[in-house]
Amino acid sequence: MNSPDLNKQIPNVVVWLLLLAMPYWLPAVGGYPELGTRVVILGLAAMSLNFLLGYTGVLSFGHAAYFGLGAYGAAMTIRYLVPSTGIGILVGILIGTIAAAIIGPLIIRLRGVYFAMVTIAFGQVFFFIAIRWNSVTGGDDGLTGWTRVPLHFGFTTIDIQNNPLAFYYLVLVLFAVAAGIMAWMLRSPFGRTLIAIRENERRARFLGIPVDQHIWMSWVISCCFVSLAGALYALLNNFVDPRALYWTQSGDFVIMAVLGGMRSFWGPLIGAAIYVVLQDYLSSQTENWQSFIGLFFVLVVLFFPRGVLGMIRRKVMS
Amino acid sequence: MSLLRVDNVFKHFGSLIAVSDVSMTVEPGELRAVIGPNGAGKTTFFNTISGFMVPTSGRIIFDGEDITTVLPARRVWRGIARTFQITEVFPELSVRENLRIAVEVAAGYRMSPWLSQEADGEIRARVTELMDTSGLADKADRLVGELAHGDQRATEIMMALALKPRLLLLDEPTAGMGDQETYDITQLIRKLHREQKLTIVLIEHDMRVVFHLADRIMVLAEGKMLAEGTPKDIAANEAVQAAYLGKTAA
Amino acid sequence: MTQLLLFNVFNGLIVGAFYALMALGLSLILNLSGVINFAHGGFLAIGGYLAYTLIPYVGFWGALVLAPLLTAVIGFIVERVLIVRVYGRDPLYSLLLTFGLAFIFEDGTRFIWGAQSLPFQVPGWLMTPLSSDYFFLTGYRLFMVLVVAIAVIGLFLILTRTRLGIRIRAGTLDLETVSVLGVNVRILRNMNFGLGVYLAGLAGVLAVGQLGLQPTIGASLIMPSFVAIIVGGLGSLPGTLLGGLLIGVASGITTVFFPSATEAVIYVMMAVVLLIRPRGLLGEEGRF
Repeated sequence: MNSPDLNKQIPNVVVWLLLLAMPYWLPAVGGYPELGTRVVILGLAAMSLNFLLGYTGVLSFGHAAYFGLGAYGAAMTIRYLVPSTGIGILVGILIGTIAAAIIGPLIIRLRGVYFAMVTIAFGQVFFFIAIRWNSVTGGDDGLTGWTRVPLHFGFTTIDIQNNPLAFYYLVLVLFAVAAGIMAWMLRSPFGRTLIAIRENERRARFLGIPVDQHIWMSWVISCCFVSLAGALYALLNNFVDPRALYWTQSGDFVIMAVLGGMRSFWGPLIGAAIYVVLQDYLSSQTENWQSFIGLFFVLVVLFFPRGVLGMIRRKVMS
Repeated sequence: MSLLRVDNVFKHFGSLIAVSDVSMTVEPGELRAVIGPNGAGKTTFFNTISGFMVPTSGRIIFDGEDITTVLPARRVWRGIARTFQITEVFPELSVRENLRIAVEVAAGYRMSPWLSQEADGEIRARVTELMDTSGLADKADRLVGELAHGDQRATEIMMALALKPRLLLLDEPTAGMGDQETYDITQLIRKLHREQKLTIVLIEHDMRVVFHLADRIMVLAEGKMLAEGTPKDIAANEAVQAAYLGKTAA
Repeated sequence: MTQLLLFNVFNGLIVGAFYALMALGLSLILNLSGVINFAHGGFLAIGGYLAYTLIPYVGFWGALVLAPLLTAVIGFIVERVLIVRVYGRDPLYSLLLTFGLAFIFEDGTRFIWGAQSLPFQVPGWLMTPLSSDYFFLTGYRLFMVLVVAIAVIGLFLILTRTRLGIRIRAGTLDLETVSVLGVNVRILRNMNFGLGVYLAGLAGVLAVGQLGLQPTIGASLIMPSFVAIIVGGLGSLPGTLLGGLLIGVASGITTVFFPSATEAVIYVMMAVVLLIRPRGLLGEEGRF
């Protein structure tokens, strides 16, 4: 390995070290354990969205739907079917991914703002199902009466139920798997095909790339990982309610991706960290935190369109 | 057998008839130029061949098969590649990456999550070969969006060539270029035609380029075919001179 | 049963008229400027709240005239100061910007007028049923349909008969040519945005008489408006009108037979339309 390659690895090493050590340094800077877990989970959601948004160039504004499906899938499995965290997560992923695969063909021919409009509108179906089917979903009040269950392996048991630290590391392991798969795909010929579509759809088409088909694949992969994030989110809270599916949640994911930097792999994670901490702080300080979040959106668009990492990269280059 | 045959193609946009009853036959290894004054319907005609548009009526036969309604991506698979009047490249990627994507797609790896060492080596070699052919090797790691117009065009042509096409369609390859760039691109096209025996159809404004390169020329005016023949025939054709020069002089 | 069905169809028509009015404004802005205005629901709420505040001073009729106009003025300012900065940039940014504005509007109305639902007085004579058999046919409901109809006709007259309207339509087709012809695109977009927001404000005044006045009224009406646009056909204003009425009636009918699917049915309709006719009922080909 020569030195430029080594230099490229430095950000990765830093990110992983920070994540691995988070439970130990976070309290020192005023955080609490759940905050760290939330950052990792929402970071995963934003990174999954960015697979589609930043690397395929498709403007999805409806990812909350699949996040929420993952959450409800996990919660309902544990509540009604089997008290198993692992199966809950798997079912959550499966439901979110299947829904995305079915809706995909309806939307892949649309582009730009129209894609955004249709994806966000479709998300509402699941929102209203969650609200209306209250005998099963708990309706507006959310689904309670369940908790995440300790992981039982043949030789040992990991108590993620009562030990937040253990749960954090479970989340981190799954995050690592998901991030690893996404990074590996983006560096493969398949990933380059997606980037080609983002860069110039017409050229991609006239290279013989069936663009719609690849957008469908990218959409399903992206929704698959976002539903994993949703499942973990339900487990974190031991609770899920329809807000996880609501359209404003989709906007949160997009702003995280933009805030951190859409053109960089770790950008959305950084965006999620900033956003989660900000939201946590604002909602503890003022009742009108929503206005400040709105203002924050406006400021990001006007002054930080390239995101934190985009700005840093520009500084370094100039 | 001819490689490309266009039979009586019409293309209407509402009440506007952009292409009216145009036919053309291109033999393997031929370099055919399509010329005509502005608004003659050249680009529309071209678009029906590349699959960018479906003709209102008429047929397009490629290598003995009817491809009139075949989608663009599938025409590429059959061996038709094209460039655009306004260069279409991947601006935020380097020359090497641009070509690499084209080579990978052509080799059937567009969905691969993984490449063997061997395949990776072959792809790298092919990319290097394409860069050497076009003289882009010294700009390999520059972003295409930052290159001069002529180099962007060369990248686009080499991307099309990476697909190993049997028919290459070039839409005004020297549009908007200075003398030196025009010369370089002309030499590149000539080289591809001569050395690789590539069949090429091109639209061109610059008559020096056309008469320098073309085996045969077809002239369109107001959507109709005005004349067809060798450069010598066309130069001597009075109807062409009247329509063409008359229009450009005015 | 027939009465129940009629009641719900009629109800659906009214709700559909709101959707249509709101969606027409959204469509105008989307078609000319390529901006999805997430804050449109916020403008609707502002229209309603302004009317509430104005009624003690100028009466219901005064408020019906003034509130939408004031909302439009706010729209002009917002476009001038903020929206104008994202034209020509990746559509992502206009989405995020209006998204943020939607948050600010919703929270702002909550801050100013409170989170509780407020009573909204419409003239008493409008509230009495016109017929004892068809109790739901109150004057106010007919009145609402009438106002929406007038607004829609007015809009189409503006678009076909006035210079501004003709320029808006031309700009929708080809903004570049319109600007080359010497039309000031900045002003055109500004006027157009104001026109769209005016419709939202008007819908707001009417809607609160029917649905009650609360800060979330905008957020709950904007998604159906999206569906109205998609079902009716992107780029087509008559399509948007048709789409709005259709989904209103469809959810009205669903209320009778399958009440828990009242809201979800319109999204199912959208899926069906996208499946069999991706460009929408009256959408132009190649515009999406």
